[in-house]
Amino acid sequence: MPFFTPGDDPGANFPDLLRRVGLAPETHIGGIGIEGAGLKGTGAFDIPHATTCVALRYADGVVMAGDRRATSGNLISHRRMEKVVQADRHSGVAIAGAAGPAMEMVRLFQLQLEHYEKVEGSAISLEGKANQLSMMVRSNLPAAMQGMVVVPIFAGYDPRRGAGRLWDYDPTGGRYEERDYVATGSGSLHAGTVIKIGYRSDLDRDAAIELVARALWEAADADSATGGPDPLRGIYPIVATIDADGWIRVADDDLATRYETIAGEVRSR
Amino acid sequence: MSMPFYVAPEQMMKDRADYARKGIARGRALVAVRHTDGIAIVAENSSKTLRKISEIYDRIAFAGVGKYNEFDQLRVAGVRAADLKGYQYSRDDVDARGLANSYAQMLGNIFTHEMKPMEVEILVAEVGLEAADDQMFHILYDGTVVDRRDYAAIGGDSDATGERLAESWAESLDLAAVVGIAVEALSGPDRTIEPDEFEVADLSRINGRRCFQRLDDAQRDAVLG
Repeated sequence: MPFFTPGDDPGANFPDLLRRVGLAPETHIGGIGIEGAGLKGTGAFDIPHATTCVALRYADGVVMAGDRRATSGNLISHRRMEKVVQADRHSGVAIAGAAGPAMEMVRLFQLQLEHYEKVEGSAISLEGKANQLSMMVRSNLPAAMQGMVVVPIFAGYDPRRGAGRLWDYDPTGGRYEERDYVATGSGSLHAGTVIKIGYRSDLDRDAAIELVARALWEAADADSATGGPDPLRGIYPIVATIDADGWIRVADDDLATRYETIAGEVRSR
Repeated sequence: MSMPFYVAPEQMMKDRADYARKGIARGRALVAVRHTDGIAIVAENSSKTLRKISEIYDRIAFAGVGKYNEFDQLRVAGVRAADLKGYQYSRDDVDARGLANSYAQMLGNIFTHEMKPMEVEILVAEVGLEAADDQMFHILYDGTVVDRRDYAAIGGDSDATGERLAESWAESLDLAAVVGIAVEALSGPDRTIEPDEFEVADLSRINGRRCFQRLDDAQRDAVLG
């Protein structure tokens, strides 16, 4: 059981606690890891990469969506990856980039939010959570320099403002709050364009879900690293909304119907 | 050179135990009672901000009586130990028994080696997937661990409170019913306590992943009737 003297106490900071007890994740992700293993740069080996994620603000909150595919080079390595995950009651993270470090980052981020809430007795503000994630992205910079870039989107409902808010990041930990929508990953150009054309700030929940579903459809249509809906295996993108009542994941049945309609429209074009 | 006076070890331990007991007896008691969906914890606490009951992990709650700063230090150490274990292994590997043993070790060590023992008694409660797996551990200032099955009373006057619970507790009571008997046990025959003097939390297996729920004033008044 870890016990610290008052001046040495890591407070509610879980990553700092991990460093104190010698379990810091950096030692296995960044730093000496890759060079030490005799692997140089990006070309030496293919690691799974996760791709397109989008988030947009609608009237009551935010909607987040991501496809399910992970690729290593030209091969599909996973078909059911969950890139959009709930961070806590009122926020979520979507990730694009090297899948391994990204998943570890999300796990640590979720733990940090919960750890803080338990130690301090109250949750971090939404802005504070965005800041925490920024620090984690920045600490991944050595690994990013070796090709393992992680670029998340952070979105949530801010109870203090009574509105949804979203942020995107760059590989150095740069944190940019966006007003309307964000797209990240290899299919972001296509997904972003669809959202840009269809976006209005007063969209309701249903219309917002429809718009992100269409955005991912177009991204999957034009980008080989983005997975489309897969009725054969019953795999659909992950779409979730966050409003004052918290995180709600959109059911696969609902998405199946929406994609059926979109496919019908494409057939009759 | 000055020589310290010789004190017999028995005497030293007795003095320390008396010191700790005196500190604990000054505080109010706290009870935990098992109900059909989990474990309810009720404390007599006039403060709205300095909590006696709190969440440690998905299925584990912590409650402490005695000196606030000392049991709060133990609470934070417990949250850290649980989160570290969950991160290193899996969330399923974090259990109350392991945590209770760590607490016992720590309190025992402080009792024998430090200048003064901690003036606290703590309770670690875990709600199982099934009612049969619910468990509670009562840990004393010197590291003694006692495991409890259906109810536990800790803190000042806990013997009398425990006896009152033994008389009124029965299998298959719901949350409101066990909070009722907890309040009666804490109040005793000749004292009435205002509802806003109680801090109530519920550790319930129907709450989803994080079973711990602190009842706010409205929810508390609803279960108190």
